[in-house]
Amino acid sequence: MLTYIIRRLIGALAMLIVVSMVTFGIFFVVPQWAGATPEALASRYVGRAATPETVHLVAERLGFYDPVVVQYGRFVKGIFTGAQYDYGAGVEQCPAPCFGYSFISGQPVWPDLVDRMPVTFSLAIGAAILWVLGGVAIGVLSALRRGSFFDRLSMGTALAGVSLPIFFTGMVSLVIFSYGLGWTPPGGAYTPLAENPALWAYDLLLPWITLAFLFAATYARLTRAGMLETMGEDYIRTARAKGLKEREVIVKHGLRAALTPILTLFGIDFGLLIGGAVLTETTYTLPGLGQYAILAIRNQDLPQVMGVVLVAALFVVVASLVVDLLYAVVDPRVRLS
Amino acid sequence: MSFLEVKDLKIHFPTDDGLVKSVDGLTFDLERGKTLGIVGESGSGKSVTSLGILGLHKGGRARISGEIWLDGEELNGASAEHVRGLRGKKMAMIFQDPLSSMHPYYTVGHQIIEAYRIHNDVSKQVARKHAIDMLGRVGIPEPARRVDSYPHEFSGGMRQRAMIAMALSCDPELLIADEPTTALDVTVQAQILDLMVDLQREFNSALIIITHDLGVVAELSDDILVMYGGKCIEYGPADSIFYRPEHPYTWGLLGSMPRLDREPTERLLPIKGSPPSLINVPPGCAFHPRCPYAERTQGKAETEVPALTETEGGHLVRCHMSRDERRGLWENEIKPVLETQ
Amino acid sequence: MRRKSALAAAATAALAMVLSACGGGGGTPQQPAQSASGGAAQPAFNASLTGVYNPSTKKGGTIKAAHSSDWDSLDPADTYYGYSFNFGRLYWRTLTTYKTGPGPDGNQVVPDLAEGLGEPSPDGKTWTYKLRAGLKFEDGTPITAKDVAYAVARSYDKETFPHGPSYLNELLAWPKDFKGVYKTPDVDYKSAVEATDDTTVVFHLVKPFASMDYIVQMPMTAPVPKDKDTGAKYREHVISSGPYKFETNETGKRFTLVRNDQWDASTDPNRPALPDKWEVQLNVNADDLDNQLMSGSIQLDIPGTGMQPAALGKVLPDPALKARTDNPTIQRLWYISVIPDNKPLDNVECRKAVMFAADRVANQTAYGGPVAGGEIATNVMPPGIVGQEKFDLYQTPENKGDVEKAKQALAACGQPNGFETTMTFRADRPREKALAEAMQQALSKAGIKLTLKGFPASSYFSDYAGNVDYVKKNGIGLATHGWGSDWPDGYGFMQAIVDSRTIRPAGNYNLSVKNAEVDKLIDQAAGELDATARAKLWVDVDKKVMEDASILPVVWAKALLMRGQGVTNIAYNEGQQMYDYVLLGAE
Repeated sequence: MLTYIIRRLIGALAMLIVVSMVTFGIFFVVPQWAGATPEALASRYVGRAATPETVHLVAERLGFYDPVVVQYGRFVKGIFTGAQYDYGAGVEQCPAPCFGYSFISGQPVWPDLVDRMPVTFSLAIGAAILWVLGGVAIGVLSALRRGSFFDRLSMGTALAGVSLPIFFTGMVSLVIFSYGLGWTPPGGAYTPLAENPALWAYDLLLPWITLAFLFAATYARLTRAGMLETMGEDYIRTARAKGLKEREVIVKHGLRAALTPILTLFGIDFGLLIGGAVLTETTYTLPGLGQYAILAIRNQDLPQVMGVVLVAALFVVVASLVVDLLYAVVDPRVRLS
Repeated sequence: MSFLEVKDLKIHFPTDDGLVKSVDGLTFDLERGKTLGIVGESGSGKSVTSLGILGLHKGGRARISGEIWLDGEELNGASAEHVRGLRGKKMAMIFQDPLSSMHPYYTVGHQIIEAYRIHNDVSKQVARKHAIDMLGRVGIPEPARRVDSYPHEFSGGMRQRAMIAMALSCDPELLIADEPTTALDVTVQAQILDLMVDLQREFNSALIIITHDLGVVAELSDDILVMYGGKCIEYGPADSIFYRPEHPYTWGLLGSMPRLDREPTERLLPIKGSPPSLINVPPGCAFHPRCPYAERTQGKAETEVPALTETEGGHLVRCHMSRDERRGLWENEIKPVLETQ
Repeated sequence: MRRKSALAAAATAALAMVLSACGGGGGTPQQPAQSASGGAAQPAFNASLTGVYNPSTKKGGTIKAAHSSDWDSLDPADTYYGYSFNFGRLYWRTLTTYKTGPGPDGNQVVPDLAEGLGEPSPDGKTWTYKLRAGLKFEDGTPITAKDVAYAVARSYDKETFPHGPSYLNELLAWPKDFKGVYKTPDVDYKSAVEATDDTTVVFHLVKPFASMDYIVQMPMTAPVPKDKDTGAKYREHVISSGPYKFETNETGKRFTLVRNDQWDASTDPNRPALPDKWEVQLNVNADDLDNQLMSGSIQLDIPGTGMQPAALGKVLPDPALKARTDNPTIQRLWYISVIPDNKPLDNVECRKAVMFAADRVANQTAYGGPVAGGEIATNVMPPGIVGQEKFDLYQTPENKGDVEKAKQALAACGQPNGFETTMTFRADRPREKALAEAMQQALSKAGIKLTLKGFPASSYFSDYAGNVDYVKKNGIGLATHGWGSDWPDGYGFMQAIVDSRTIRPAGNYNLSVKNAEVDKLIDQAAGELDATARAKLWVDVDKKVMEDASILPVVWAKALLMRGQGVTNIAYNEGQQMYDYVLLGAE
């Protein structure tokens, strides 16, 4: 087991290195193929109508004249040993892990990421609770009442949930519930949990529901399919023959088996989500990692892009590792192999 | 009144294609300490019958009529919840394929403990001791260690023993074993059957063994009931059925019995054709399309459903041929072939 | 009178008189809130273009503002957005500023930190400004001429402040070895800017320059105390010289401004400073921002570039919502560069063929029509630029293009059967895509075949349409562009997009106007101290460019702005080209 975990961790590290190199490559190498010079790259980070001298100074400051390998090496070194940042009036030590300083705002990237993680975590955790409970409950009920009005209604809604994009459902819910009925706060509202738990939940309620709606739909459909399959299994008949109450048959025997594939999906979904719920955060103006990622890409702010991509990749890698380990806990048959 | 009495039991399933008459007017009884063998091909309605007795069709789409009396209590009209309370305690079931019939995610011990604690208000520790005890009694070595194993960690025979331990954990008075040995090696089959008989004697329970293999039940059963197309076609004391069978279908079953001294594929009296569809049961005698003697009935086989009539002390047969005709065929044509070995 | 007269008619005559009476550009203290008469609070379309809407002198309250993106920087040396110049005046003061309030007078500069406008030397190469008395930073230390000179000098360092305008880098006589106040702290920069005493700032220019009063309204002249200067990190906490100071500042998320008790209203004729507090939220979803502006939970859209297309569909058909909006023409031109680098567009006749073949109405429609898009542009300088003249060298029936004239021009060019070229646009801007398609259709009628190529906006100028090599190698003939004025005179609008000497390898807005006569006229105009003569020269530049047929004007942009709920004292300022943020108050 331990060797398995170590092997997986090494694989995860290798993947992070590949991700960082690919991101770096997309940023530097691809424009170079298109013929971009260091000055052309630098002209993204100057004001309008900047003079060639300004562009040259910025290119120099951002190290664009160095070979890409050297720039990449500098970036990696910063993560492990920290870096120095010259802010004109002085030099600042950027401690490890230093993901560099924004090309645009001059802010160190790492504190920004740390600062934004709680927002994304809050969003992801609340939504996850809603969608797992809601999706699974609806899926189970639909499976048990297959073909009923409830089944058709919930599966129809689920289809809508899967198909409708968040920027649409989010904007519509804001217009109805925030600006129309005044039940929920306007977009952009966020209170840290530590500051006021009640307000935290109130502010995040609509984003939670919107995000959960999307995922709950998938989970409801998956749970329904899984339940229909497992409830026809022989061991369900055995459980009934033992005289077990129907509720326990469904939950302890049926759902337990149906939840295994859902656990896998959940791990990956959640891992992706804590790396940034991009659409939800942009729609609701929540200052989390997803919004950060979008802004970084929009501004072509390489250090920010690298930081957020690596953190997100790390979350996904860790989540898939946790899922694999959990899988062994959930399904004893996996443990042998 | 017998311990178990089933009267005119009908279990029909409405489907999009029509009404499926899985069990169509079945009547039998069974005493404590006795064994009934229900024999038939797959689709003959034998498994549906057993699930019907346990009340596992309740609340589903099935239409059930008739009476099921267990220990003086009518179960078909009783509430689902009441029957659930009897399941596992008063009547228990052993299923065919122990690998798929046990939950893969729970240990064997857990599943026995669960079965025991449904009907006995005891602590987990007590139930666990009981489970180890039961595993020991069904012949599983090192039960205290194996109690924490998962089904997939057991061999096929061990799993079936565990299944039996689970079924017997609450001392059921009626035990139904549905093809208990089909999935097992021939050598293991005998061990399991012996075990069941031993345990039945020990607990003095009524036992129903459901099988497609007449040989399995021939030696163990007190009575044998042969089913075809949802109906009983021959029913009576085991000796009578085994040594003086009167229905051509039963002859076929005897002829296709696998035996240790023959290749399993080798059959003396094969039954041609396939079991009837339960939606469009052939008119008249349901067996007539496959019966080599159908033409002897002057067309009655195609039009009239034969009645279940007594031929000798408690031996019932559903056939248009006369008793003498049947006995003549058995003595002169069938028995000699079967005895060529 | 410019086209503003039509709008003026909509306002009360009394108000118009009061405003025009304030003209003249002197330092007369004025309080527009008091000068406006009552009754203007009745919502009406374009109500704040010519008058102050919902006038008030009530102090207190909070204004909730939002921005769909983020500032380039809050540092006065490092910012180059109109809204930033406008909003920044809440926490900084510059030597001059646009006259506050509505109407044409907003184009004039009036003194702010300075007592009066700049005093040029007779040769136009030295400009002197005298500071008012009683000025203080937020920490109570007095603001002196030295702080202004230091601020100008620090803005020279483009490595530290790459975003800000570089006008002063090029205009002032900087010492050869000066590399900025951080890298060369010992080099004296008095040859460029100096404080001759505590209240006198003197600028030394390398060439005569007439528009200096416009230049010094830019935030490079906002004073910075040297001992509080932290270089690139100063943006995190700018020391206020204006009526408000930073209370909190969370980069990329939000910041708040509260009253600066060291600011003395008696030294400041331009800012009524009504609200107690400003809350600014950053990176707000643009569509949600419009919705919140309509519902009232946000009161001010900082960028002031107009509502999103999604909101336009909701606002324009709804009389109640439309009455809350203003639709000014801003000093921005959307245009198509007709680039002479590749054959046959190196021939002026072929460029003229493009001018004649273009369907101006279709182009305007592509940009969103007359309300959301703008007025059909016939020349480079938009209305609103001081001294602008509207003329049209390429008239076509109903502005819909003239295939015959285009074919004549093609024949004169030696291409009677037309030619093929490539047009670039920003792929993530639907309007530019629509424009490119409209051009493709219109030009095909004259036999000019366009191949359309879209590129991402973020690298459009650096890698593609603004990159000299790319344009030459890929045979780019037409490219969509836009340009907004830095200040409302010819130099402020035109210099960056018609002076061939500003062309550099990458990041260009102009790759098409490369005409020695144009360059010569620009130099002449820039040094002309007489305002009327100067304005005339810029019109000549405009005409020369249009004769060169290297810019195809599309629309003089209009924006649909919405007045926030619960906001008082709203006026559209021509100089800022958005609502005058320093006037605003909370109900």
